[in-house]
Parts: sequence; C-alpha cells; structure tokens
Amino acid sequence: MRTKLLKWSLMMGATMVLALSGHSQAQLTTENIASRLNMEAHADGLTGHAKAAEMDYRRYCVGCHGPLGDGNGENATWLDPKPRDFQLGIFKCRSTPTGTLPTDEDLFDTIARGLDRSNMPPWNTFTKQMRIDLVAYVKHFSPRFATEKPGAPIQIPPEPEVTADRVKAGRELFKKMECWKCHGVQGMANGPSSATLTDDQNRPILPYNFTDGTRPKCGSTDRDIYRIFMTGLDGTPMPSFSDNIKPDEAWDLVFYLRTLQPANGMNTKEREIAKQLNLPPVTPD
Amino acid sequence: MKRAYKYKLAAMVPALALVAVAIALLGPKVSAAPAGEGSITGMAKLDGSAPHMRGIDMTKDPWCAKQHADNPAHLENVVVGKNSGLEYVVVYISEGLSGAEAGEKPSQVPVFDQKNCMYTPHVLAMDVGQQFKVITSDQTAHNIHPEPNPMTGNIPWNRSQPPGAPPILTSWKTEEMIQVKCNIHPWMHGWFAVVKGPYGTTDDDGNYTIKDVPPGSYTLTAWQEEYGKQTAKVTVAAGKPATADFTFKAK
Repeated sequence: MRTKLLKWSLMMGATMVLALSGHSQAQLTTENIASRLNMEAHADGLTGHAKAAEMDYRRYCVGCHGPLGDGNGENATWLDPKPRDFQLGIFKCRSTPTGTLPTDEDLFDTIARGLDRSNMPPWNTFTKQMRIDLVAYVKHFSPRFATEKPGAPIQIPPEPEVTADRVKAGRELFKKMECWKCHGVQGMANGPSSATLTDDQNRPILPYNFTDGTRPKCGSTDRDIYRIFMTGLDGTPMPSFSDNIKPDEAWDLVFYLRTLQPANGMNTKEREIAKQLNLPPVTPD
Repeated sequence: MKRAYKYKLAAMVPALALVAVAIALLGPKVSAAPAGEGSITGMAKLDGSAPHMRGIDMTKDPWCAKQHADNPAHLENVVVGKNSGLEYVVVYISEGLSGAEAGEKPSQVPVFDQKNCMYTPHVLAMDVGQQFKVITSDQTAHNIHPEPNPMTGNIPWNRSQPPGAPPILTSWKTEEMIQVKCNIHPWMHGWFAVVKGPYGTTDDDGNYTIKDVPPGSYTLTAWQEEYGKQTAKVTVAAGKPATADFTFKAK
C-alpha cells in the first residue's frame, strides 16, 4: 500500500515536472527529427553530414541544447541567455536578411566563434570537418531547413578609408536611427528602452554595451559589425536597418560605433579621430 | 464506322480535359464578378462589464508622451463602444468556401500605421497571401517585430522604422493570429489576423460587414484577442445580406 502510494505520488510529480518544463512553442517528435538525418551542410569547400555528427553532438552540445535540439538540455535551467532552440530555425548571427534562414557558412562561423557573454564557448578546437558535420546536425532539427532556402546574403561594399567626415556622418546616423534608445548615447547599454527589452520568448535581454570591452555577439571585425545592424539579430529586439541605411553609409556607422569602444586594437584610427574632433555624445532632440 | 467513332472520342478526351482545366482556372474570376454576391453583416457584443484598460505611461519617450498630453492612451485589448459593441473582433468564414473561393485574394492593401506610438488599427485583418503595408506617421523611431510561430510557415522578422522610413510591403503565408510588438516602446502591442477567405473587422460600435460572399451555407468564426473564438452558422442568398451576431462573455 505504502509503496503504491509512493509510486503514485512519484508519477504525479514527474508528470507535473514534464508539463511545466516545456517552454518552447515547437515540440517535434524524435521520429520527425530523425527523418531529416540525411541533412547536409556545405561551407569552406567541405560537405557535412548530420549522421556523422551524432556522437559529437551528444558529447559537446546535448547538455545545453537537448536531445531534441529545442534548447531544453539538462543545463538549460541554469543558463542565461538560454540555449538556442534549433527547431525554430531562428538565429542571431546571419549574413542573410531578417526573417530568413542563415547560410551554412553563418552557422559554421558561429560554432567556431562562440557567443560572447553566453555559455556558448568558441569551439575552436574542433576540426573544420567536425564543425560542418555539426552544422548539418543543427539544421536537421528544424523542418524549415528541409523546405526553405537561406536568404540571399546582404552585399557589403569594400570598406572605405576611415575619415573624420565619415565618423561625423556615422554619429548623425546613430542619432537619426535612434540606436541610443537602447544602447545609450554613449553606448553604455543604458538607453531609455534598455530596461524593458525582452527576446522572442519574453525573457529579459540586454542591449550590447560598447564601452565595457566585451565582444559583440556576432563577431568583432568591421564587417561583422556592419552585418549585425544591417541584418538584425533575429529572436532579439535588435532590428534590421537595411531598409533605412544605404550600403555605403553603413560604413560610417561602423566607424562611429568603433569610437564608443575602449581601445581594442581594431579602433585606433577611429578613436584618434574622435579625440581630435572632441565629439560629444549625441543628444536626443 | 464504329472504329472511327472510337477515335473521335479519343480525340475529344484531351479536349474536354483542356476545357475542364480552363473552367477550373477561370472559375474563380467569374465568381469574383458581382454576379449575385451576397454579404454578411452583424455585431459583436460584450456580455458583462468591460475590464479596466490600464492607462499607458509613455514618459520614457518624451515625443510619445507629448502626443498624448491631452488624450491619455489606454491599452486596447478590450474596447467597448455603443450598446456594448466590441471593437477589433475579426469575423471570417472558417468553413464552407470552396478551395478556389478561399484562395481568392482581395486586391486592396490594408495599412498598419504606427501613429502617436500606438498601432492603428490595433488589429489588422488580412487574407493569406494578401499584401499589406506597415507605415510610420511618427517622429520617433520604432521597430516593427511580428512574432508568429515559425513552425506554421509564417517567419518572424524585425525591422527598424525611423521617422520618414519607407513603408514595408509584405504578406503572410498561412492562417495565424500574429502578435506584433515594438521593443523600443514596450506598450505597443497589436495583431495581424491572417485568415483565409473574406473577412470583416468590427468597428468602434461592434459592427462588421463581410463583402463579396458567394451564396452558400457557411460557418463563421469571430475572434477576439482576450476572449478567443466563437462560431455561428449562416446562409447567404444571392444579393441578400445575411446576419450573424456574436456575444462574448466578460471574464
């Protein structure tokens, strides 16, 4: 009798835990996901096969991203930001327009780069073959990769010379596009809207702080920064600005954003120009 | 003789098939003409007292706050007008349309405006595949961020619209009630109600009209963001308006 009661209460408890833990809106079955195990990925002249990554995923990724790739791995409860839900096919770091799938190369780069200020480390010890196989494995979780094509990567014109005029024009864009509303007038992530930002799962999220020496989530080269605001970071409050910033003007904004960062070896010239111009922070009208 | 007849018949089969295909293709266009199309009208009501709609504090964006200095803004989840009429209820035909009828897309382009830091209208109904426009009338930047469930075929996107930004012209792939938000102004909240076939949205007194409905028997669905869905049966005769009213019970 007692064991029966114990069994019953244990089962009820387990059911409740299961019922409460499913936060994700997408819940695919193991069979549904397994039907895409023939998924391939192509980048850097390599071909990746999802099947070949099964063991690596179980060894390195499953703890956070979970066996179903929905970001509900056993560590997920203790993580912030939460691990990505691969089933949705929505990714922050893309070379493609907002609302489209990333290219295989985007995912290939993200695995190697990691995501700064999250629990996703740079997996730079993996061989390229391991990485491209894992890209195929990540893709096989979402039915979207079987039916949709990635967006066409945005065109980035060659980087021009940094000039005082360009830095000043970039400052005007920072004001006009109202980047400061979230990132703050000095880029300190303390704009008037910063405290209320939430991601697509309604979890609180912070804007990037340009001044604390951390790296932007989707890469720290000039081209990476260009891509970040022109494609937006899907799943987050960061929108795409490509409808409103012309390709060449976007470089001006990159140069201005560089002046907000502390010296990091990639912004020597921009900081020097800002110092000479004695540029004050933008002032909202 | 008999043999020749057989050949003639054989030649007629593809010809008939062609005619059938042509009819199938042209059919919807013919029925789109006002040849005895009916309409459905009615009212959506709230039974009970309307819940309190909280006022919105816009002081974080002084420009927004200034627009509402004399006319404070309130949430719009439940808006009740004359005779308990319920605004922003989307009424559409959920059953009874043939595939071709449901597949017709209206040619007008509904507009979703960001005006005085609110969405106008709060709920924008549209057909699957129908083009709609997102514009901004404001002198402050917004980001327009619809959040459909990507597993349905509608993919979320997020775009900036600073003052003077060009309109965004786009459409949705499948039926879904899609929430829209602006991350810069967390109080901004609206809906894209994507339905298949003819639809109507209730006005400030709770009245709606669905135009261009071919004669037939239908199931109507009325959707309200807080109170969910309700259905009603209705029969439309040629050239005669049918009526269907809905009553939502206050929680």
